[in-house]
Amino acid sequence: MVQSLGYLKETPSQTAGPYVHIGCTPNFADITGVYPSDLGSSMVNERTLGDRITVTGRVIDGAGSPLKDALVEVWQADASGLYNSPAEMRGTADPNFTGWGRCASDGQTGVYSFETIKPGRAPFRDGRKMAPHITFWIVARGINIGLHTRMYFPEEVEANAADPLLMRIEHRHRVLTMVATREGSVYNFDIHLQGEKETVFLDI
Amino acid sequence: MTDFSNRKPETGAFFPRDRGWHAPGLTPGYKTSVLRSPQKALLSLDGTISEITGPVFGHSMLGELDNDLIHNFAKSGESAIGERIIVHGRVLDERARPVPGALLEFWQANAGGRYRHKKESYLAPLDPNFGGCGRTITDENGFYSFRTIKPGPYPWPNGVNDWRPAHIHFSVFGHGFAQRLITQMYFEGDPMIWKCPIVATIPDRAAIEQLIAPLDWANTIPMDARAYKFDIVLRGRRSTLFENRMEGN
Ligand SMILES: [Fe+3]
Repeated sequence: MVQSLGYLKETPSQTAGPYVHIGCTPNFADITGVYPSDLGSSMVNERTLGDRITVTGRVIDGAGSPLKDALVEVWQADASGLYNSPAEMRGTADPNFTGWGRCASDGQTGVYSFETIKPGRAPFRDGRKMAPHITFWIVARGINIGLHTRMYFPEEVEANAADPLLMRIEHRHRVLTMVATREGSVYNFDIHLQGEKETVFLDI
Repeated sequence: MTDFSNRKPETGAFFPRDRGWHAPGLTPGYKTSVLRSPQKALLSLDGTISEITGPVFGHSMLGELDNDLIHNFAKSGESAIGERIIVHGRVLDERARPVPGALLEFWQANAGGRYRHKKESYLAPLDPNFGGCGRTITDENGFYSFRTIKPGPYPWPNGVNDWRPAHIHFSVFGHGFAQRLITQMYFEGDPMIWKCPIVATIPDRAAIEQLIAPLDWANTIPMDARAYKFDIVLRGRRSTLFENRMEGN
């Protein structure tokens, strides 16, 4: 016998189920008086630096129907490309920007929405700059393990073309599944769980 | 921000996820997964700074009753109905090191198996003193605990006669967004665990057993509450020793 490495196994994921909002956005679920507000409901304040944007969209199932019970979380860099995290070693991020948001899909329309700022560029592992992007994590009833993906910005044509992650996508037409559409300061990013337009999900 | 200044922040990439240990996306026995599971291969990539960083939550955001589901929704002087229990444990990473400052959020049905939710249709009654949500943050050694009532099992529309075993849902934030995890805790000795299509999405029996909390008799408070222990393991990260320095470091 050799020595044991002593590693543990990760706790297995289980679906968030239909009542994830009770735990993660109780005020949204009409359970009031327990927490003053739902975590992640606000990412910015009046002093946050950067261009204000709205990121909105739906999570769509294999039959083309938007999920009305999804929970979407986003994580992104500040306007100068720094993350508001202790693991950010390159500098100090904008203290007026949390970088993290959480939103329940609307119970009627399935639309999620975040008021945020456009992120700056952060480096890939080898130092090349990544294109500006927002990291997404999606959970819902029927999703056994949370889905990671990214939203990129349509106006960043050159940066997107040189983005180390987007360049790794073998079927080039699928790159567009990670790029939002834009109307002014509003970015629309629909996430397709299945089908021809299936979003590229990440094992990262 | 919580300051654990005795420990340097870690910036290594996370160990790749053992996808065979987790449930696959498509699990037809759990019918909702059929239209909600990606069909194409995931794009695998070593974590970048976008995934090895993550939000951190400070203990100061917690209210006094956030980790007491028996009282945090109850009218003054009243308490939730049910078997009083304490759930406690540690959050560790795959290298068996404690994860301090991890935010845990939990939610559950009441003692009769009923959720406080407008889409809930089970005929068991609501408990006016039970909301069903709570949260806490691990201490510097990764420990956490909360007080609640044991949730009841409940039926759900999947097969003709499918029931969920008693369970508590957990959402966990570690130190990196790649560690983000939602899971469920079950109770030792419950025969319904092995009849549940959601539990059965996990292929490996040993992995399922990792979700079953044992009764912790030693920690039971006499005349008050029984204790259950539930440890949670998040992805480990490579030692910074083995990392190429990232640009700008
Ligand atoms: Fe449940």
